[in-house]
Amino acid sequence: MYRYTEQDQTLVAERIDEFRDQVARRIDGRLTEEQFKPLRLMNGVYLQLHAYMLRVAIPYGTLNSEQLKVLGGISRKYDRGYGHFTTRQNLQYNWPSLTDIPDILEELAAVEMHAIQTSGNCIRNTTADPFSGASADELEDGRPWAEIIRQWSTLHPEFTFLPRKFKIAVNGASADRAGIRVHDIGLQIVRNEAGETGFEVHVGGGQGRTPIIAKKIKSFLAPRDLLSYLTAILRVYNQHGRRDNLYKARIKILVQSLGAEAFAAEVDEEWQTLRDGELALPDAEIERIRAFFTTPSIEHASPLPEAGGKAFQAWVKQNIRAHKVDGLSSVVISLKPIGGTPGDATTEQMDIVALLTRQFGFDEVRVSPDQNLILPHVRNEDLHAVWKALVDAKLATANAGLATDIVACPGLDYCNLANARAIPVAQAISEHLETEGLSAAAGDVTIKISGCINACGHHHVAAIGVLGVDKRGEEFYQITLGGAFGVDAAVGQIVGKGLAGEDVPAAIGRVLQTYVEIRDDNERFIETLRRVGVSHFKESIYA
Amino acid sequence: MKAITANRLTDGRVIYRTLEGQWSIDITHAQHMNDNEAEAILPLAETEYAVAVGPYLIDIEADGPGGQKWRREGIRLGGPSTGSTRVLAVAQEIGAA
Repeated sequence: MYRYTEQDQTLVAERIDEFRDQVARRIDGRLTEEQFKPLRLMNGVYLQLHAYMLRVAIPYGTLNSEQLKVLGGISRKYDRGYGHFTTRQNLQYNWPSLTDIPDILEELAAVEMHAIQTSGNCIRNTTADPFSGASADELEDGRPWAEIIRQWSTLHPEFTFLPRKFKIAVNGASADRAGIRVHDIGLQIVRNEAGETGFEVHVGGGQGRTPIIAKKIKSFLAPRDLLSYLTAILRVYNQHGRRDNLYKARIKILVQSLGAEAFAAEVDEEWQTLRDGELALPDAEIERIRAFFTTPSIEHASPLPEAGGKAFQAWVKQNIRAHKVDGLSSVVISLKPIGGTPGDATTEQMDIVALLTRQFGFDEVRVSPDQNLILPHVRNEDLHAVWKALVDAKLATANAGLATDIVACPGLDYCNLANARAIPVAQAISEHLETEGLSAAAGDVTIKISGCINACGHHHVAAIGVLGVDKRGEEFYQITLGGAFGVDAAVGQIVGKGLAGEDVPAAIGRVLQTYVEIRDDNERFIETLRRVGVSHFKESIYA
Repeated sequence: MKAITANRLTDGRVIYRTLEGQWSIDITHAQHMNDNEAEAILPLAETEYAVAVGPYLIDIEADGPGGQKWRREGIRLGGPSTGSTRVLAVAQEIGAA
């Protein structure tokens, strides 16, 4: 993985000194909250319902064991013994004191981490496939490109005050696990007819109150042109994006109003002025960054274990993913215990995963957009030892990709913007589906829950989405069906009127029961839904 | 009746403005005001930015927050309705093992 240069370390250290001074001036009254708020937000510090929240950047979801151990240590020392992994592959602490945050940032900096640009109208953490460098279906590792984008976008003076926040995703596999079609810019690594790799460029996707699937504006962009082309897109957006209306400020609205073709033409015109300038990426620089991202090689390849007991085999079947190197596998560590809080991990759990990362994981661990942790590289002969340690840590739930692998935003239990709770609904659904045996029976189904229309829980792109709304002080939950996150990205359709929270688990249970009864052989939930239509399931929801 | 609530500057904890013009984490110390009193006192609370962040009015009843925002204010008062409790129980279990 990428390691900081002296320049990186200096930049982060200076930023902490600056923020420490800003905090001191806020505490002693020299800064008002109005003056301080934009400064704290640029350092990832929000003020939520009960406390400050610190969002720590995990670049493209990649950590080493030392970093994860420090994240766990911070949760013990400054928070309440846990952290929350998010759909954007970051970590949030829910309870830090403002006065402790400069010290927390110091501890993060010591292991090459920070919270810069985890908020504000700037370019945020780049999303990447959490199986990058490991998955069997990968054309090329997306992380070097995500790192190049990180370096280019960090404290970029021209793009620090955009009309609205800006999110980029890179995917190098045939399956899209980064969600490139629901990002402001999505980059899919492709190969052209000459056998060269480059990028297919998608623009203007997003969720929130206006969910839109991105439009492809370029079929092949040469690697050397990546930064000049991104700059051209950002410039067109920065110039024409709506600053007068918060709800129309994202690039998706601009692309929609101009039309993808006209938008692409403007980008091309700007790009012609940039492409042969200083932003052209030299091959040597690409290779320098690539060298940080390696895939382990092993001398002796063992097959997947066939013994180890029923529970172990169930976990292997559900939580292991194919690796590009014979003898290695990727392990999904579910942060979705039945009835638990999606994405939460305790200090002790982070410690244990850090240990496993070092001992068995070639010192790499990832955070997935599904709010799970992943050990991308594990020898097949070590899988049983990893599983045993995960069982002891209550982290061996064999439900990766199943209906109980629920994504949920913090919702009204923590978030200042939320209208309704999300976590308790996720917990109740999880318990109901497990009790009824529907999680295992229904197989590959995504359920995602958001506590407000900002859609941090990604409900729009779930096969079964749940959106919490507030009606005169009461929580209601709208069900959407048919959304998808990947190559077949789609926005789910609202089925009908909202349900009371206590009615949601049974309604979803009935939807899955209907699916189990009518599916064809090996047909996934989303395929059955597309075959029979959303209306077929409406009766199940409102029965 | 109304009360004034905010978040404490140093740690973000939920606080309520008292009759004495202080800020307390204990809602039972909150000053209860009619609408006119509350509207008059809120601007004063807004000047206390060295202690309290973002003061605003809430509906309050004898036993706690009321009005249409009762759930939100109830969660601010009592903490998350779920979430941390279960995960902490797991931590204790692991620690004890």
